[in-house]
Amino acid sequence: MSEADTVPMAVAERSRIPRWLVNSAAPLIGAVAGLAIGAVLIRLTGANPLQAYATMLSGAFGGPRQITETILKASPLLLVGLGLTAAFRARVWNIGGEGQYYMGALCGGIVALFCANWPRPLLLAAMLLAGVAGGVAWALIAAVLKIRRGMSEIISTLMLNYIAILVMQYMARGPLQEPGGYLPESAQFAASTRLPVLLGSRIHLGVLIAVLFVPVVYALLWSTPLGFRLRAVGSRESVARYAGIHVERAILFALAFSGALAGLAGIIEVSTLHTRLKAEISGGYGFSGVLVALLGRMHPVGVAIASFFFAALIIGAQSMHVVSGLPDALANAIQAVIVLCVLAADALARRRQS
Amino acid sequence: MRGIVKRFPGVVANAGIDFDLMPGEVHALLGENGAGKTTLMNILYGLYAPDAGEIRLRGKRVAFASANDAIAHGLGMVHQHFMLVKPFTVAENIVLGQRTRRGPFLDKQSVVHEQLLALSRRYHLAIDPAAEVWTLSVGEQQRVEILKALYRGAEVLILDEPTAVLTPQEVEGLLQILEQLTREGKSIVFISHKLGEVLAASHRITVLRDGRVVDTVPTHRTDQQALARMMVGRDVVLKVPKGPAHPAEVCLALQGVHANSDRGLPALRGVSLEVRAGEILGIAGVAGNGQSELEEVIAGLRPVTAGRVTICGHETTHRRPSEIGRCGLAHIPSDRYRLGLLKDFTVAENLFLQRIGEAPFARHGWLDQTVIQCAARELAAAYDVRTPSVATHAGTLSGGNAQKMVLARELARNPKVLLAAQPTRGLDVSAIEYVHRRLVEQRDKGVGILLISTELDEILALSDRIAVMYEGEIVGIVDAQGADVNEIGLMMAGSKRQSREEAR
Repeated sequence: MSEADTVPMAVAERSRIPRWLVNSAAPLIGAVAGLAIGAVLIRLTGANPLQAYATMLSGAFGGPRQITETILKASPLLLVGLGLTAAFRARVWNIGGEGQYYMGALCGGIVALFCANWPRPLLLAAMLLAGVAGGVAWALIAAVLKIRRGMSEIISTLMLNYIAILVMQYMARGPLQEPGGYLPESAQFAASTRLPVLLGSRIHLGVLIAVLFVPVVYALLWSTPLGFRLRAVGSRESVARYAGIHVERAILFALAFSGALAGLAGIIEVSTLHTRLKAEISGGYGFSGVLVALLGRMHPVGVAIASFFFAALIIGAQSMHVVSGLPDALANAIQAVIVLCVLAADALARRRQS
Repeated sequence: MRGIVKRFPGVVANAGIDFDLMPGEVHALLGENGAGKTTLMNILYGLYAPDAGEIRLRGKRVAFASANDAIAHGLGMVHQHFMLVKPFTVAENIVLGQRTRRGPFLDKQSVVHEQLLALSRRYHLAIDPAAEVWTLSVGEQQRVEILKALYRGAEVLILDEPTAVLTPQEVEGLLQILEQLTREGKSIVFISHKLGEVLAASHRITVLRDGRVVDTVPTHRTDQQALARMMVGRDVVLKVPKGPAHPAEVCLALQGVHANSDRGLPALRGVSLEVRAGEILGIAGVAGNGQSELEEVIAGLRPVTAGRVTICGHETTHRRPSEIGRCGLAHIPSDRYRLGLLKDFTVAENLFLQRIGEAPFARHGWLDQTVIQCAARELAAAYDVRTPSVATHAGTLSGGNAQKMVLARELARNPKVLLAAQPTRGLDVSAIEYVHRRLVEQRDKGVGILLISTELDEILALSDRIAVMYEGEIVGIVDAQGADVNEIGLMMAGSKRQSREEAR
């Protein structure tokens, strides 16, 4: 009898570790494990792991310049990740962030190239809206295929990525190529197309927009009927249908919204960093955005943290490569190992809870 | 079995249970869902190891490591869901997983057939060993399961809710088989939560509640009321009192409705029926005769291929569920988790699933959480939904509370027509009583109710008129007053239609 009483007590004891603590500790433990495995890899090349990590850390956070760089890197990841968060909540697996990003860059870039003499506020607004429109249009192709023909959006969005990149290549090599130039890229955008920056720093309006979308996406998902419908469709489609929710409309919105933010990220990146259209404008933000959305547990705040972490990892690995002279491949491998470990720790923590 | 204890994280499923079985008796194990019946039998059958207690078989202490171990000791179990390979013959199913006596080859079919025929003659289990299982009725498939256990040398048979899927005639047949088996000295554990059958089938009854034995009584010295009291721990009204119906105008009408199943085969073949305001029309039938398709067609979840559906004068044949809801239909779905609720949403969100986008729950595209929480607390209290708070996830509610939540939501929409499909599936006696009361109360308020249930007792207890469904057709509609259970049972088995066809 006494034994029977103690068992439920023990169960209660174990679950007394608050959920938020488990939730936040798990990724940290994962990151530490990833760093440890990375240290072994670095040691194998004969370098000093501690030194290498020191360069990594100072590369990402060493000073205002480095931190700025990390923030700039994080903002397109954040935008793409936030859009995908809304889509993934509805269980719409948009893997086409990359293509939507390219199409946003292309459409916005065309405005930048041909409307440079418009008044600046109007020009910037038109540019950003064109970017949004490009991303939405590209995502809607997948939406129509899914709703009308039942095609998996995973496949269609993935394939559309390659088409978008090829379209960009064609445009940069053909119709939009810089007159008289011989590189496959457009003319440089006029200075008036650059997004305004914050007081002498390199932090631009685009970063602000990305951060602003954190509360916007949060409110959308949890404070509006629209977000309720998205989450309901994602939770159980048959129940959503029973409840009278227009499931197709929700899927359409999910794809359009994630496409919009990816397109926005695209035009912001080209207008502030590359200042011209060409094939090499992404660095895989559309794909990394998927990772960031999952790493951030499809929660806007989590996505913000994840995108910053991911950006720091990229910048840090780059400087490890440049400063410590470690092979590029090793830097990338360490980056990948750390992400894997964080995801694994996270999955483990969640399984223990359920 | 002596002092059996089994704990799962957070619950004690069996708290020191004693259970004994004599040769040649049917011993019923009665209890509500979660009382520990299945856990106890899974321990006996070697699927779980007990945390404490011992099992003695013919005086010898045993500990089964697996089901195979239990089978080797002469135990057999017939599960609620049959474990049969449909395209195989009866004989193939029975030797499946058995060691053959001929090296790498299967045993000779003729030998197996002979043995099976001998067995089925001995126990009056009419079965053709060469028949493919998919061609057999549910009752026959159950006989195959029993035969399988006997073939493996079972002396003790455990039947888990054996009547859940049978027609009244098949239940009768099963009871006769059980009698024959006990006459041959076999012992049977009969697990059930249905009082009537337990009384008809068993010699002794052990009632479990909350993992403990309430009592073990000889069947002839107890009755339904006493058993129900033992099961629930208080007096229970088994048959909800209801006065005569006052049917008014037709509020739900189906005319020649056809629809296909998920597999694209015709599932409804020209169903016509009418439900009047203030009456309960019960749809009786063995599961799988088009009831779930009928439910989905009315709710707008399945396309109608021909015919029309009208609700309160509005044609709703090809309408969306939201529009049908606005015409006055509320729907208690047969599958709570597939249709009725979102497990990872809060109770409050689930309580206003259809209406959350409308005032007063949402204003200007913005959810008003204060209003939602407040209204949810009120509604949950009104329908006795027991939950720590309305912010709790609906998936953590017990079956009974989850169903009360669905009931609260649907009735709070003030429906004119209520589609209640399997409204008490998987619920315990007290929750069933609650749901039944509410349904009758709605009827008396003038709501037209279409009750779809495979529990004939439920149909008989609640309906004012009874329609019987067989293979996608309504084969007969009878007045519930003075309805003949036998006649309904025959219609459920399709005999009425056959005789009609023969007459042509």
